[in-house]
Amino acid sequence: MSTPILEVRDLVKQYPALTAVNGISFAVPEGNCFGLLGPNGAGKTTTVEIMEGILAPTSGEVLYRGEPLGARFHEEAGILFQETALQNFLTVRQSVAMFRGLYRRGLDIDEVLKLCSLEKLAHRDNRKLSGGQRQRLLLAIALVNDPAVLFLDEPTTGLDPQARRNFWALVQSIKAQRKTILLTTHYMEEAEVLCDEIAIVDRGRIVAQGPPQRLLKEHFAEVLLELPRQDFPQAARRLTLQLIEASERVEITTDDLDGTLRTLISAHVPLKNLRIRPPNLEDLFLELTGRELRS
Amino acid sequence: MMRRLLAVWHARNLEFLRDRGALFFTLILPLSIIIGMAIIFSGPPRPLFKVGVLGAHRAAVPPAPPPPLAQPRASHAPGRGSCPPGRCAADPFLRERYVQFIRVASRSRGVQDVRRQRIDMLFAPGDPPRYWVNTDSPKGYIIQRLLLSADPQAQRVQVTGKTVRYIDWLFPGILAMNLMFSCLFGVGYIVMRYRQSGFLKRLHATPLTAFEFLGAQVLSRLSITVFITGALYIGVGALIGFHDSGSVLLLLLLAVLGSLSMIALGLTISARFSSEELVNGLLNLITWPMMLLSGVWFSLAGSPAWVRRVADALPLTQLLHAARAVMLYGAGFSQIAPNLIYLSVITVVFLAVGAWSFRWRI
Repeated sequence: MSTPILEVRDLVKQYPALTAVNGISFAVPEGNCFGLLGPNGAGKTTTVEIMEGILAPTSGEVLYRGEPLGARFHEEAGILFQETALQNFLTVRQSVAMFRGLYRRGLDIDEVLKLCSLEKLAHRDNRKLSGGQRQRLLLAIALVNDPAVLFLDEPTTGLDPQARRNFWALVQSIKAQRKTILLTTHYMEEAEVLCDEIAIVDRGRIVAQGPPQRLLKEHFAEVLLELPRQDFPQAARRLTLQLIEASERVEITTDDLDGTLRTLISAHVPLKNLRIRPPNLEDLFLELTGRELRS
Repeated sequence: MMRRLLAVWHARNLEFLRDRGALFFTLILPLSIIIGMAIIFSGPPRPLFKVGVLGAHRAAVPPAPPPPLAQPRASHAPGRGSCPPGRCAADPFLRERYVQFIRVASRSRGVQDVRRQRIDMLFAPGDPPRYWVNTDSPKGYIIQRLLLSADPQAQRVQVTGKTVRYIDWLFPGILAMNLMFSCLFGVGYIVMRYRQSGFLKRLHATPLTAFEFLGAQVLSRLSITVFITGALYIGVGALIGFHDSGSVLLLLLLAVLGSLSMIALGLTISARFSSEELVNGLLNLITWPMMLLSGVWFSLAGSPAWVRRVADALPLTQLLHAARAVMLYGAGFSQIAPNLIYLSVITVVFLAVGAWSFRWRI
């Protein structure tokens, strides 16, 4: 088996009041898109910042192509932070050019601008970009050194649905070039669309890891039935069903669809608005990390 | 409307009060300036004129114990009998109030001081007394009238050579002060803002080293400052003209070393902090004493010795002394070498401290 491009071994990061990362290990094969998923405060960003070499771990190590992080890694890694400020008064092109100057090798600036659909914005002040345009600029900066591995830390947070889908299309075109991507996100749809493998992190630990479809099969043998809350009578709550009550709807998980439907009909539950769907990553995420709001 | 206003007012107050560094400096800065100024300018009313008295007449210069040459004392208290009986009678001018009499060792030194307007007049008691005065100086004119009213027999000796106007004396100070602000705030404040905004964190994720980043900041600010100082030098020279007797290359060297020392100081201040108000406070804490004590606006001759020692330790003082020596009096390399060495040493020390304590992130 070939050496993974990135490998994390027993990573621990302790702060005086908390342990942000508590023994995380995983490996990312070259050309894969690996997703780190988790609720806010789960330790995703801390893990990624250690992997990016900008935060020192308390213990454990990160290997790039089998070696500890060093000059080669910094030359070959592209990074898009959750939030990145740029120098004021620079145009899009000048911002990209500044970062291009920090690397020995990389792409031509026009090529990067084209890749990220920024040609028409090349001479615009970087402070006058919309949210989606700004993320495309930050992605261009992350790609300017033609990286072998690309870190995307919650890249579409705050974007509108259209800008988010445009961004996904861009990332998919980068994936098609067999670049390794490490993505952190709390958008499950994003992880399902982009990731070959995911790790769900909670309280500083990995609670599940694998390809999304395999994880879903492992955790859910059932299908999900969704009913509007008002269609579900109080009496039906006494039925022997696996119920999850959300704010607007009631979810029933079952591996016996026919039997469950018969039970609901016999309890006179109206099925006009019934929706049957397979479980998705969001269901898995909620099952593994819990539904309660945590600080 | 008031509810919204109060909500924002309350939140801003909390933000400010919880930034302990900023709070500390907001209180400490004005307090320390007031206390410092009170100490420096304490004592009896300051004299209006400075008169050098030739050293042959030591007894004429008040009071006992006799002050060293470097520590002139004022005889400005009304009615103080500071000169011995007989001598004051012989030189009634030496009893004038609000005049600081400073012993001068030699005539040539005294005449030079008159020409440079360090003193308003050089006075040689005798029969008849003689005096040297800079006729271009308003204060020189008035003190001359005062002398002649006290001793009509006093004989004026012409001060030869080009005299220095106040604007000539002030101009190097303005250039040096501008250089100080440009370097301290242009580096200290900007690096803090880069850290605060996360831009430094992003740079940290590239192959850029701290040394390269700091080096780029130093070179950028150095080139900007030297260019602006040069443009001001040429522009003011063309517009209003000023006295300049020295080497332009030496002035360039001074501008470079002066800028480097201030940039290094700015980097040291901004090496770790990410609070805007704290860094502003620190920068003000440094710039205010330099502005007041480095002799930009007025000469510190006649100030207490400890004030002059503190002033001498400031890089702006060293820069300004050397710049004035070159521009006004044509000093050469060897004459300003001690200033150049001092600026070089503090540059190296502050750069080392700044680089050692530098942090990329909050």
